[in-house]
Amino acid sequence: MMMTEFTPFTALAGGALIGLAGVLFLLANGKVMGVSGLLGQWISAPKNASPALYFLIGLLLGPALVNAFQIDAIQIKLPTEINLEWWQIVTGAVFVGLGTRMGSGCTSGHGVCGIGRFSPRSIIATCVFMGIAILVVTLMRHVLF
Amino acid sequence: MKASNLTAFCAGLVFSLGLLLSQMVDPEKVLNFLDFFGNWDPSLLLVMGAALMVYWLGFFLIKPKMSKPLFTTDFQLPGKSNLDKPLLTGAVLFGLGWGITGLCPGPALANIPGGEPKLLVFVTLMAATIWGFDKILSKKLAD
Repeated sequence: MMMTEFTPFTALAGGALIGLAGVLFLLANGKVMGVSGLLGQWISAPKNASPALYFLIGLLLGPALVNAFQIDAIQIKLPTEINLEWWQIVTGAVFVGLGTRMGSGCTSGHGVCGIGRFSPRSIIATCVFMGIAILVVTLMRHVLF
Repeated sequence: MKASNLTAFCAGLVFSLGLLLSQMVDPEKVLNFLDFFGNWDPSLLLVMGAALMVYWLGFFLIKPKMSKPLFTTDFQLPGKSNLDKPLLTGAVLFGLGWGITGLCPGPALANIPGGEPKLLVFVTLMAATIWGFDKILSKKLAD
């Protein structure tokens, strides 16, 4: 595991941008900005999913631009070193895909937009997935290995 | 381009810049937030807090003044309020995957342009699982 520093200012600014994106999608498109939902719409019904597709293009363009122009002045970059084992990648991807579709949402849909409109389902779902994730990390880093 | 597609594109772009600026694209940063008993990095808490404040303002101050969204015919927000088994089972499974990797769908997709092989495999497998699940579910619903 690698240390990361607590970065309060970029966390707040980045979080505000995420909230702003959610508000824009709500007020302009009238829907919840949930990444797993939009990805699912595009994968399963590509013909009626044009806003979902445009959202996904926007989501990839930001990091593509940052990657192309390498802005060093501020710490805006994609991670280059991934310390995950292959078993983590494979099991994690299946659990995340299955869980977010079955549970109708992920960190953006439930965690931001759902809690942001005081949806009881989203509040419970977020507490559950965050609690389980904390438990998994605690077990993996301090108990099992 | 249709206005609703343009706003969806802008939302995706702004969202990705938020993930980049807050470094939520780095799974290590997320795992260190989830690691309460190690070198805890509380950044994710502030990311979520700030995002929620902004969303609350939009949802409770601006949306009530609008009879419909700017570029679509009506607001289509989930109406369910009861807890059911799929919601809870899904949240448990997602929590397992999030804890094992530090990756959730948004940051995973935002990492595609970086081209890191492990992350590309993650996204492919996640998308394949979503496709498979939706196939089975839609079949079940059709029966």
